Amino acid sequence: MRPRVFLPWAPSQLNPGFAAPLTIKDLPAPHLWRGDQLHHTDLTVTAEEHVDEEKYYQLYPGHIPTSPLQKALLSAGSAFMALYNPYRHDMVAVLGETTGSSALRSLRDKMRHDPEGYQILQERPRIRLSTLDVTGLRGLSDGTFGREYVRFLDSNRVSPDTRMPVKFVDDEELAYVIQRYREVHDLMHTLLGMPTNMLGEVVVKWFEAVQTGLPMCILGAVFGPVRLNAWKLQILTTELIPWAVQSGRNASCVLNFYYENRWEQTVESLREEIGILHPPAICV
Amino acid sequence: MAASIGAVVYRALHSRRHRKLLSVGRGLFSGARCLVAEGETHFGFQKVSETEKGEKVYHVFESVAKKYDIMNDSMTLGIHRLWKDILLHQMNPYPGTQLLDVAGGTGDIAFRFINYVRSQWEHQIKQKLKSHQNLSWEEISKSYQEEELKLPGGSQVVVCDINKEMLKVGKQKAQHLGYSEGLSWVVGNAEELPFNDNKFDVYTIAFGIRNVTHIDQALQEAYRVLKPGGRFLCLEFSQVNNPLISRLYDLYSFQVIPVLGEIIAGDWKSYQYLVESIRCFPAQDEFKGMVEDAGFLKVEYRNLSSGIVAIHSGFKL
Repeated sequence: MRPRVFLPWAPSQLNPGFAAPLTIKDLPAPHLWRGDQLHHTDLTVTAEEHVDEEKYYQLYPGHIPTSPLQKALLSAGSAFMALYNPYRHDMVAVLGETTGSSALRSLRDKMRHDPEGYQILQERPRIRLSTLDVTGLRGLSDGTFGREYVRFLDSNRVSPDTRMPVKFVDDEELAYVIQRYREVHDLMHTLLGMPTNMLGEVVVKWFEAVQTGLPMCILGAVFGPVRLNAWKLQILTTELIPWAVQSGRNASCVLNFYYENRWEQTVESLREEIGILHPPAICV
Repeated sequence: MAASIGAVVYRALHSRRHRKLLSVGRGLFSGARCLVAEGETHFGFQKVSETEKGEKVYHVFESVAKKYDIMNDSMTLGIHRLWKDILLHQMNPYPGTQLLDVAGGTGDIAFRFINYVRSQWEHQIKQKLKSHQNLSWEEISKSYQEEELKLPGGSQVVVCDINKEMLKVGKQKAQHLGYSEGLSWVVGNAEELPFNDNKFDVYTIAFGIRNVTHIDQALQEAYRVLKPGGRFLCLEFSQVNNPLISRLYDLYSFQVIPVLGEIIAGDWKSYQYLVESIRCFPAQDEFKGMVEDAGFLKVEYRNLSSGIVAIHSGFKL
């Protein structure tokens, strides 16, 4: 057994001999293989096989395996870039992925221990324009969750397809959890009644920070307000943040709801079921 | 077969824990990683067919074009500017030189050429004034002109690149910096240049030849379009000769550069390709052999930054 030395950089990148004849097709089925075991010392290392470096650790399409050093650099760099240029949503996504491993694990455990959450983990639903029946949702009556969601998409001119695919999470199930979190983010906007301007995003971040504990949400919640003017800051701190934090604490885990089955439910009843308190009467 | 030799060497090295030999083993093995079958070539460390490589490279440069210059500055901490300046000094063009810059995309070499030729011209005028020689009326009128209608001596530079996005960025830069005369932009493939034989005095290719699918064809085309007496200059990443610097360079290349690519350009994979393609490019002596095979004479190379970059030079005689 080769002695395992911990290096902050992936061994295969400096010692090309540490190669494994694996492509993603050769990996056993995901439920049999724990994706968190990245170093397989029981695999025979043969150099005869041609190594496709990119596919060695690739756990899901779009996965880019990274060493701890790279994750640290990515976290620092993406945090800086996200603050410097707030239009770089991809940097916020990268920050979430590189810093979120323990929060994602606790989210996944919460999902596993809830029947609806467990169903979501099994079925892996995705919210995309191709899977959503937008005209059908638009036809629903006002006040229903589906109708309000489509209204939110239309008035803010956003689409569910602009979510970044996951790249740097080194576990295939956790990658789904963070993808689900991203797709549920727009639904949170609808349930909290917040638009996609800077103030609305900060409020949703506060709610999500309390709910998920993701470091990216916490950082976004704390540093997001630096770009707001004094009046907005005042509304934020006096009314919106206390409400968002209270709702976050009161609500059960937002990832444990199969939203795709709840389009006909009214927003009010869904809020009550989740535990989100009624939003303050302020025009954001 | 070479791959299995590499494996044997690696296991031997690992069991004896010979640190010094490890760099040799790694070099051997990296080479083995870049071995391909017939009809195949390498795209970084991936194996692809030759037709695929051209397409993939095109897509890489299409996506990085807008951030190309800022990425170059971040990755090399600005040192790439020094390398390009050294290339121009080695070229030492005089007013009247016809330059072809292949894979010249964003125009770095072309702009430096124009600056060099202009400053050479000014230098010449100063020399003439110092030695009390009379300037001709043409020279006087030229030195007073603020708008240069032509480059001094009729120098010309043609920037040729296969990628339209890169040329677009280059043209915008030229407009922004005020370079217009004596400069043309042509879309073309280095393996099949759209120029007649014996046309240019100098042919340069800076950080482009490792992206070409058939390097030997590009070298033959270079030979063809140069005038007799013309000079071939290639600035390219090469193999580092110092083992300590090599380790640091590898660490920096594989750990930091793709991260910079993701953060600045939002594109990890293109920069992963870049560092892998550097490893798969032939070493200095091997490339020197390839240049000689194309017919160039007096082929020399010069290492910059301990071999991180090398300038190969040859003459068509």
